[in-house]
Amino acid sequence: MSGNIPIADREGPRRIEQELTEADRSRRKIEFDYSGGERLSMNMGPQHPSAHGVFRAILELEGEEVVGVDAVIGYLHRCHEKLAETLTYAQYPSIASKTDYVAAMTSEFAYVMAAEQIGKIEVPKRAQYLRVICAELQRIASHLLWLGTWCMDMGGALGGGATIFLYTIRERETILDLFEELVGARLLYGFFQVGGVRYDAPANWIEHCRTTLDAIDGRVVEYEQMLEGNPFFLARAKGVGFISRELAEDVGIAGPLLRGSGVNFDIRKAAPYSSYEDFQFTIPVETVGDCFARYRVRMAEFRQASSIARQALDKLPEGPISSMPGLKSVAQVRIPKGEAYTRVEGPRGEVGCYLIADGTAKPYRMKWRGASFSNLAVLPYIVPGVKVADVPAIMGSVDPVFGEVDR
Amino acid sequence: MTAEQATALIAERFAGAQVTAGIPLVVMVPPDQWGAFAQFAKETLGCQFFSFSSAVDWKADGLEVIARVENLDAGFAVMMKTRLGPGVSTCASMVPVYRGANWMERECWDMFGIRFEGHPDLRRILLEDSWVGHPLLKSYAVDTPYPPYR
Amino acid sequence: MAMKPPNVPVIPAPVWRNFKELQEWEQLHKTRPEGDQHSQAFTSLTEGIHGFPGGFLVTTTADAFLNWARKSSIWPVTFGLACCAIEMMATFASRFDVERLGMVPWASPRHSDLMIVSGTVTIKMAPMLERIYAQMPDPKWAVSMGSCSNSGGPFRHGYHVVKGVDRVIPVDVYVPGCPPPPESLLNGLLLLQDQISHFRKTGRRAPPTPKVD
Repeated sequence: MSGNIPIADREGPRRIEQELTEADRSRRKIEFDYSGGERLSMNMGPQHPSAHGVFRAILELEGEEVVGVDAVIGYLHRCHEKLAETLTYAQYPSIASKTDYVAAMTSEFAYVMAAEQIGKIEVPKRAQYLRVICAELQRIASHLLWLGTWCMDMGGALGGGATIFLYTIRERETILDLFEELVGARLLYGFFQVGGVRYDAPANWIEHCRTTLDAIDGRVVEYEQMLEGNPFFLARAKGVGFISRELAEDVGIAGPLLRGSGVNFDIRKAAPYSSYEDFQFTIPVETVGDCFARYRVRMAEFRQASSIARQALDKLPEGPISSMPGLKSVAQVRIPKGEAYTRVEGPRGEVGCYLIADGTAKPYRMKWRGASFSNLAVLPYIVPGVKVADVPAIMGSVDPVFGEVDR
Repeated sequence: MTAEQATALIAERFAGAQVTAGIPLVVMVPPDQWGAFAQFAKETLGCQFFSFSSAVDWKADGLEVIARVENLDAGFAVMMKTRLGPGVSTCASMVPVYRGANWMERECWDMFGIRFEGHPDLRRILLEDSWVGHPLLKSYAVDTPYPPYR
Repeated sequence: MAMKPPNVPVIPAPVWRNFKELQEWEQLHKTRPEGDQHSQAFTSLTEGIHGFPGGFLVTTTADAFLNWARKSSIWPVTFGLACCAIEMMATFASRFDVERLGMVPWASPRHSDLMIVSGTVTIKMAPMLERIYAQMPDPKWAVSMGSCSNSGGPFRHGYHVVKGVDRVIPVDVYVPGCPPPPESLLNGLLLLQDQISHFRKTGRRAPPTPKVD
């Protein structure tokens, strides 16, 4: 079959852009043979309802089957790393929340931890616990949004998939109410600062948290019954988008994807930060590595996150909330020369911040290791071979947030 | 394999590398041994997990390429660094060893203009192909205008 | 009997395959005649009726009726760009529920009247945004949601950020905030409905609201 030329040969070796000649361009062509083995390039995005943001995938199709994918990212590149070099340690955390905007708390967390590690700044115990509570509530909120949008991708907005989306958004709003009570903002917080947190828990907030968590725990059971008794959901989620353990580690994917592929690795256990060693929890691991395994891991994480948040609420100590309260100017936080790489376990995996400080009020270089960037890099390895209708299901199970992919 | 054993192994195999113990293990590798060290880290040290790779522009001292790999079972990480030297912007690619380096090195080419020898698909990744300049270099101003949209 | 070898046609590569060709496509799109606007005959007909003694009664009644119909069923295209898209989704979903205003979030620009630009417009995204806006049928409106699309917001000094979506497409309502809460967006949408109900003469745009940053 003349249509079955491998993509690499057909397109010629991809060279550096300057060296690509007109002859190379004209060699790109599509051939199809008499037997109907047609090869088709299909564009998906950058504005696509199931792309979870601004993502463009150029799919090479052979009939219904995907044989190659070229992922184009960068439609939301907002110059975070360059801007961080021009903003002080007090200013940047609220911008950091705009990298992973679905889980804003964890992105701020990684940045302030890096600054604290270089400056050897102690964080009071109460602030550490408040950080843990917020990070875990944020994990629940982020997974709720993931569940709703993923099911909407698979079911279609008009085909019944919107049902669970409306349910999960209802629960997510209750968590956003908690954050609004604590910080005053719904989505992007600026709650973390170097040395602690910015606001203390208001009156009755802890009680409010407990009742909200109780309500959500009950709802998660309902979702599981609703989804796992649905043959259409199981048919679309099971046996789709396999990631082997070897591929997972090689590409560096993290979080629920890594644990869905049988790797028992969670930064909260492997390298505890911010008093995570005080809490009892288990790490859910699935060995199959398909979309359904990732779904199971995330559903189990709902319970673990809720349990950690409850323990932190029970043990919340009294005391100051920041070791450097009363910041009077943005340039007040100065940390000495040095470098650090800190990471936190976000809802999507390892959110890391590599910071180089040069002794002034601004960092010399900041590098985000976005969890979604690494997770999305696995797409070209798992998408070829599946049917085109499974691509949104796989995309949704990877759960990328494009603020973090493009930064 | 522990971090101490890994330090001893690196010192034995790579004489030119400077090892700083700590968390993570920081290893300064000469640029010509970059690819070989990546192979060694994956196969001998068991660092299967590729965390990230990036670069730093040290103005007059030239560019520095960094990569962080991790052994998840033994629980230690290796931060590999190499100084390319003033004016040099080519480096060996890690893609034959770690597939995760593919997008990371494309981002490095995009942001710093470092050409990775042996990379299968070195195109810009975040900015568009027609972009002029490499923004994360210190010589590039953050508000450099780009027509026609401003 | 030996089969005749099949005739293998060669299809040229798709035009969007590399960026240079994409730019040519964009140029073609820009220089295309204004086909999406109102036809000349319709405009001159309404102008004629309006100029006729007493004819303004016809045009203003028709205006009122058409504007009522337009403002009661605005379909926004689901165009999520960044953080604000999450708040936009919350606005569309259970608690805030824009469907009670007659708005159905629709995934196709060809069937939509409103584009809510929710998030930072980057230089790489701006041509796509322009094209999606061009794909929407007239009359169409745009709401700029959040500081980033109003003016660039916190990323205004970035090298890859367009300093306000109004440099790319015309905007009717600006919603301030980073991100604007759903109540704020709903207020903006109600403002837009109000603006639509004050359309003067069939087919003419109302002046945009003062810019809020």
